[in-house]
Amino acid sequence: MQAMVSVNHLTRKFGEFTAVDDLSFVVPTGEVIGFLGPNGAGKSTTMKMITGFLTPTSGRVEVCGADIEVNPKASKKQIGYLPEGAPMYGDMTTERFLRFIGQVRGFSGAELTRRVDAAMARIELDEVRHQTIETLSKGFKRRVGLAQAILHDPPVLVLDEPTDGLDPNQKHQVRSLISDIAHDKAIIISTHILEEVDAVCSRALIIDRGRLLADGTPRELETRAEGHNAVELVVAVEHQQQVSSSLQAVDNILRIEEEPLDGDRVALRLLPNTGIDLLASVNQLITEQALPVEQVHQLRGRLEQLFRQLTQSSSAQAVNAGGQS
Amino acid sequence: MNNLGVIFKRELASYFLTPLAYIFIVIFLFLNGIFTFYLGQFFERGQADLQPFFEFHPYLYLILIPPVAMRLWAEERKSGSIELLMTLPVSLSEVVLGKFLAAWCFTAVALLGTFPVWLTVSYLGEPDHGIIVAGYLGSLLMAGAYLAIGSCMSALTKNQVVAFVLSVVVCFLFIVSGFPIVLDFFSAWAPALIVNTVASLSFLTHFDAIVQGVIDLKDIIYFASLIGFWLFANAVIVELKKA
Repeated sequence: MQAMVSVNHLTRKFGEFTAVDDLSFVVPTGEVIGFLGPNGAGKSTTMKMITGFLTPTSGRVEVCGADIEVNPKASKKQIGYLPEGAPMYGDMTTERFLRFIGQVRGFSGAELTRRVDAAMARIELDEVRHQTIETLSKGFKRRVGLAQAILHDPPVLVLDEPTDGLDPNQKHQVRSLISDIAHDKAIIISTHILEEVDAVCSRALIIDRGRLLADGTPRELETRAEGHNAVELVVAVEHQQQVSSSLQAVDNILRIEEEPLDGDRVALRLLPNTGIDLLASVNQLITEQALPVEQVHQLRGRLEQLFRQLTQSSSAQAVNAGGQS
Repeated sequence: MNNLGVIFKRELASYFLTPLAYIFIVIFLFLNGIFTFYLGQFFERGQADLQPFFEFHPYLYLILIPPVAMRLWAEERKSGSIELLMTLPVSLSEVVLGKFLAAWCFTAVALLGTFPVWLTVSYLGEPDHGIIVAGYLGSLLMAGAYLAIGSCMSALTKNQVVAFVLSVVVCFLFIVSGFPIVLDFFSAWAPALIVNTVASLSFLTHFDAIVQGVIDLKDIIYFASLIGFWLFANAVIVELKKA
């Protein structure tokens, strides 16, 4: 797999404020990278530098082997970009706007018409073909922005919050579009919707305060979340005392969370120490002591949990650091 | 530079997508008429030329050209579409030139609308058509200089009103630098060379020469280099805002 986008030690400062701090990663063809992070984490700033809109304070971006600073025009040809908020020329109609983008991308005549029609068909924009963009709904605007990004079938797509403002059906449509075209492209999307990462991304990068905090497939990241491999036991309230005291015998339990359920039952969630699988020992205990346990589940870690773990601890650190300085 | 044409066409068309273009042209022609026939005393002079018509152009442009130029960059910044534009495979010079030429072409259309004045003077007498052509050429060149200043000022801000005010101020300086009010200030202490330099920066000095029918290369170079300088500054500002 060839690296289509490679980001090396990218840093961007705005005065004293460091928006992106020594970020490095590589995106090969066929991968959909999900950029995750709280608002202001540096997602958009990074995308602006990858697409050549902002100049990095230090570090390099290569798109298809060409440095965007050295050869911006060649790099920009390889990229389809949906900027944050999908800004466009509001006074143009959808069709005129897409034709303008197509012309700048070097198409003309029948080929231009074919490209514009194909993009409009793909994103279902035919009904707003002759409407001016400023009169479109937020969802349609976003989709016109997507249409201009895929018009020239670029090998690299950079989409800043592509599903923001779309309804659930449109979100689904955009996600399937991304999955459909992903096989021969390198795609970077930013989002703060975690389910989107599960739905479309082959890899997720969690960033906060401009730094990369985690990088892996959604599955890998889930295993790093607190509560991954937790074992949940459902017991009747009257047996809770008995079961809890028996569980004292099991090693490697970090802590036990309780959650009352309907019908006088309670869920006991056993959080393991990192990297330990409790299921076997808990099962053994239940069989040996014939504990009155109704159900046993093993839980997967949740991306959301990891996201909160990482981004909240990083902001706590930053606050501490700020206090000391 | 094949994208220059694409940018130019989009910018020129965008003038006509809003009522601005039509309002501008109507007001431009109306004010031209007032200046020429009332203030310029076109008829009372009894001379078959367009002096009173061209004479007021520097002042007319001071008010009317900045509105044409103010949206060129400020609007892109305000709406964020500059991010889309600058991440397309276009070079900065194509965008700067394309936008400027579109604005210039639009101004030329408005100026062409004044041709009835030429017909009038031709009907009434026997004007020197060469001088009139020179006048139109000079007027168009001067409009280009105003536009280049306006485009540069527009790149400084996302607020069109600020862009307008800045352009008017800078253009005003380029008009009054030939006036005694400015020159007296310099002549009191500065050597003649500086006074002459300041005076030679004025639009009026060069425009008046052309309107008299004297097309001197140095006046053409003056306007061309003024346009070149401000468009270069325009590109530098756009580039600086990126970093």
